[in-house]
Amino acid sequence: MWDEARLFLLICLPFLGSVVVASLPRDARDAACLLTGLVALTCTLVIASFYSTMSEGTVVSTTIEWLPTIGLNFILRLDGFAWIMAGLVGLIGFLVVVYARYYMSPEDPVPRFFSFFLSFFGAMLGVVLSGNLIQMVFFWELTSLFSFLLIGYWSHNPGAREGARMALTVTGIGGLCLLAGVLILGHIVGSYDLDKVLAAGDKIRSDSLYRPALVLILLGALTKSAQFPFHFWLPHAMAAPTPVSAYLHSATMVKVGVFLMARLWPVLAGTEPWFWIVGGAGVCTLLLGAYIAIFQQDLKGLLAYSTISHLGLITLMLGLGSPLGVVAAVFHLLNHAIFKASLFMAAGIIDHETGSRDLRRLSGLIRYMPITATLAMVAGAAMAGVPLLNGFLSKEMFFAETIVEHVDSVFDEALPFLAVVASMFSVAYSLRFILGVFFGPPPVGLPRKPHEPPHWMRFPMEFLVLLCLLIGIFPTFTIGPILHIGVSAILGDRLPYYSLAIWHGFNYPLLMSIIAMIGGILVYLLLRGYLAQGEEGPPLLRGLKGQRIFERIMVTVSWKWARQLEALFGTRRLQPQLRLLVFMALAAATLTLYFDGFGPLWLSFAGLDLHGFDTAFALMWLVGICCAVGAASEAKYHRLAALAMLGGAGLATCITFVWLSAPDLALTQLLVEIVTTVLLLLGLRWMPKRIKEVDALTPVPLNVRARRAWDLVVAIAAGTGIAMLSYAVMTQPMPDSISSFFLERAYSEGGGTNVVNVILVDFRGFDTLGEITVLAIVALTVFALLRRFRPAPESMAMPEQQQLQIAYDDAHPDRNVGQTVAEYMAIPRLIMLWLFPVIAVVAVYLLMRGHDLPGGGFAAGVAMSISFILQYMASDTRWVEDRLRILPVRWMGIGLLAATCTGLGAWLFDYPFLTSHFQYLELPVLGKIPMASALLFDLGVYSLVVGATVLMLIAIAHQSIRTPKLPRKKLAASTTGGQ
Amino acid sequence: MEIIIAVAIGVLTGSGLWLLLRPRTFQVIIGLALISYATNLFIFGMGRLRSNAPPILEPGGSSDLATLADPLPQALVLTAIVISFAMTALFLVVLLASRGLTGTDHVDGRETDL
Repeated sequence: MWDEARLFLLICLPFLGSVVVASLPRDARDAACLLTGLVALTCTLVIASFYSTMSEGTVVSTTIEWLPTIGLNFILRLDGFAWIMAGLVGLIGFLVVVYARYYMSPEDPVPRFFSFFLSFFGAMLGVVLSGNLIQMVFFWELTSLFSFLLIGYWSHNPGAREGARMALTVTGIGGLCLLAGVLILGHIVGSYDLDKVLAAGDKIRSDSLYRPALVLILLGALTKSAQFPFHFWLPHAMAAPTPVSAYLHSATMVKVGVFLMARLWPVLAGTEPWFWIVGGAGVCTLLLGAYIAIFQQDLKGLLAYSTISHLGLITLMLGLGSPLGVVAAVFHLLNHAIFKASLFMAAGIIDHETGSRDLRRLSGLIRYMPITATLAMVAGAAMAGVPLLNGFLSKEMFFAETIVEHVDSVFDEALPFLAVVASMFSVAYSLRFILGVFFGPPPVGLPRKPHEPPHWMRFPMEFLVLLCLLIGIFPTFTIGPILHIGVSAILGDRLPYYSLAIWHGFNYPLLMSIIAMIGGILVYLLLRGYLAQGEEGPPLLRGLKGQRIFERIMVTVSWKWARQLEALFGTRRLQPQLRLLVFMALAAATLTLYFDGFGPLWLSFAGLDLHGFDTAFALMWLVGICCAVGAASEAKYHRLAALAMLGGAGLATCITFVWLSAPDLALTQLLVEIVTTVLLLLGLRWMPKRIKEVDALTPVPLNVRARRAWDLVVAIAAGTGIAMLSYAVMTQPMPDSISSFFLERAYSEGGGTNVVNVILVDFRGFDTLGEITVLAIVALTVFALLRRFRPAPESMAMPEQQQLQIAYDDAHPDRNVGQTVAEYMAIPRLIMLWLFPVIAVVAVYLLMRGHDLPGGGFAAGVAMSISFILQYMASDTRWVEDRLRILPVRWMGIGLLAATCTGLGAWLFDYPFLTSHFQYLELPVLGKIPMASALLFDLGVYSLVVGATVLMLIAIAHQSIRTPKLPRKKLAASTTGGQ
Repeated sequence: MEIIIAVAIGVLTGSGLWLLLRPRTFQVIIGLALISYATNLFIFGMGRLRSNAPPILEPGGSSDLATLADPLPQALVLTAIVISFAMTALFLVVLLASRGLTGTDHVDGRETDL
């Protein structure tokens, strides 16, 4: 129990901390740092507290069931190997936080940095502690994402943005490959549980899917660990702040790739493809990285290529496939993290205190910062593999491993020589780093006068360098037990004998070390003159730039191909898109029928009997059909006529609902019909003039005629198809549906006799809540769009009819201008005024009776909005608004609130959201009326519908206030005379 | 009865689709309105047509449930009516805004062709 709680703490604490730090103010540098440091330190101590459990070799794990049926559980699993990785992440994380406190400038948004940092920290612990492969890939991708954010932290710097994007693209694609590989692996094993996967090694290696799974997983690991040919992203990631480089790009994130290879080593390694891919990538990276590192002019660039080379070394040792190789790999993984993090910190300090990282400008700094120089020299010596330092020990192990025979091939024969060459390069670039920066003449022309950094900025380096020395001099007492815990968790009973002694006597590895050391010094002396010329990039390989190849691929894929595909398949025009959509739907329906046989469809027509044929109904629809076709043909040139005919078709639909026992639908359809028509009428004013006779003068091109004919064919085909389909369905007997459920329970449980209304406000109340929310959003969108509305210039003029009326007034001396316009609606205005209370009462009546009789919130709301809009239509907009204050947005807000609160009210009585309650209430005069909480909900619906509809209508009606200018002549007269 | 409704649905759909494929925004709006009528009738028809069926329950639960009108498609259509109204309103305003901004009532915002 205690163990599990600590595991959860390790995962949750960093992410929680990240959220808290993110909410700190921008200038809270110290608070953010303190909090981050505390989180990192706590996590480190928690990890350390597992030491006794781990040294017994037990595996601590805990599971939260998520989707157990498909094998997806959240599993935290800590074994010895995960433990040393977690310890590395925690300890170096804490040191980097201390360092970053002094490195980051107060001008930067520091809390953001620490927030990303903590999230990354949590994601790293997530990868390491995952006991489920899918979960591990998830955290793996999180590390890529936060690495992206951290590299691009100085987002004003184009190099940082570019580097961040490149790192994300490469590692992100790798992560997707890894996901695919893990899915295959899970398919082979039958589980994603790491324990089960690790136990199924033989099954995996003998499976036919082993090779694809291996390649995909290795693509993930090799991209993450910056292995050749994917190494190019790492140098570009150096645009990140130096603490990020020290932490992500040397000590932890890039180690995740090798961590994964070591983690899955027992099940994937030992085969020929593994040897060739992993070993090959490793040896290429080892040599290439070390070679390029010598010729870097940027301090961090040198360290980046050196990191690549050391990662190659670790990969190579894992690739060899022998247990001793794994021991050497894990050992070097730890050592490299320790010395490389301190070297990056040294580079950061130099950059911070001198303002430059350019090896050509830096020199003789030992005069100004002797302590930092000494520390850096020890760490650099560890990187070169000098005895009595930690780097020496793992390098000896590496040499010992290369001379053992693995696969009988030329590669194997050459391996010891390649190792010595790579080691020589490593000595050479270490020398260059130390001698170039700290020795020689005093520097000239540096942006800042160099000096020692604050003590606490140096503290992390001091600590790490001390570790280098302790491990190098007393390996068996310091790193020995820890390394044992780690490697025995990977290898189990295959753990070989190994010795951490410094002195093994005179043997081949020592000889190789001596040759490498001397050779490295010679290489440096030989190249010294060349390097002083200050040419950028390594000779021979200058033309080969991974970055350029990457960019060319990116441009081709994401720009050229995308453009070509878009040109080929895409169009920005609406009509072809719709045409395609309609055609596809038609084709899909036809094909389905074709393959299933047209039989049932014909059968339903064979039984066509005109028994229930109602002539009156048929005649009504004859009119309706004529209206529909008329509207279709006239919508271009005679919009008003089309609108009227659209109303005709709507009325036919409405009558159909009455006829076929759906009074609620008929009522709502009729009311909505009115509002829609008014809305479209208001819109007509702003549309361009289109006159058939004028258009007829220009001949219609042939392709347009063809397209129209084609559209007509498609429309007729689709119409016929849907008619046949609906006939076929309607003549089939009704299968059992859930309708009887509603019919049976509407009265007993919903307390209403109007089943349709009970469904809307009670059974499916949540749907209705969603629907009215949509309505509110639409109304607000309409309102917002119209606030910025600018009519086309030619629509701005006064409508023709009003112009005539003004002209009439103008011509008669006894009339004021505008009098006719104001007066011609006098009688309708009066009627509408009287009708206002009548319609309002009808609306309330519809609302009240909705639960038991046709009516309800929707119908009532639309009716109420009609009473408002009638006033607008008959009277002047300004006249209405002077007398009637309608606040549609408030209506909407109250409605939504009422509906939601009614739903929430059910929670007070421990019922689910939107459970309704009803009882009958005895009222004076009105008598016994049903009072269900659903009525309150319906009241909300009503209020919202009123608000939304009125808001839309008024918004459009208000456009008419943009009154065009009156004729000049009488303008002055009317303004003075009218007063 | 069914054949009439079926033909009505067919004609409404056909006219609506023809308008939907036209280049003028107003035509498209009218087309969408016609298609929503057709859709509403279609959904309604899925509950089978029944004239003179009581749509309202007798209080006290004495009504014969088998003779009642099917409430489910009605509830669906009621929702559809309201949503299609909202859609028409939104498109109308988009039409107006697009006409004001681009100076044309072509669906693409520029005169490509007829």
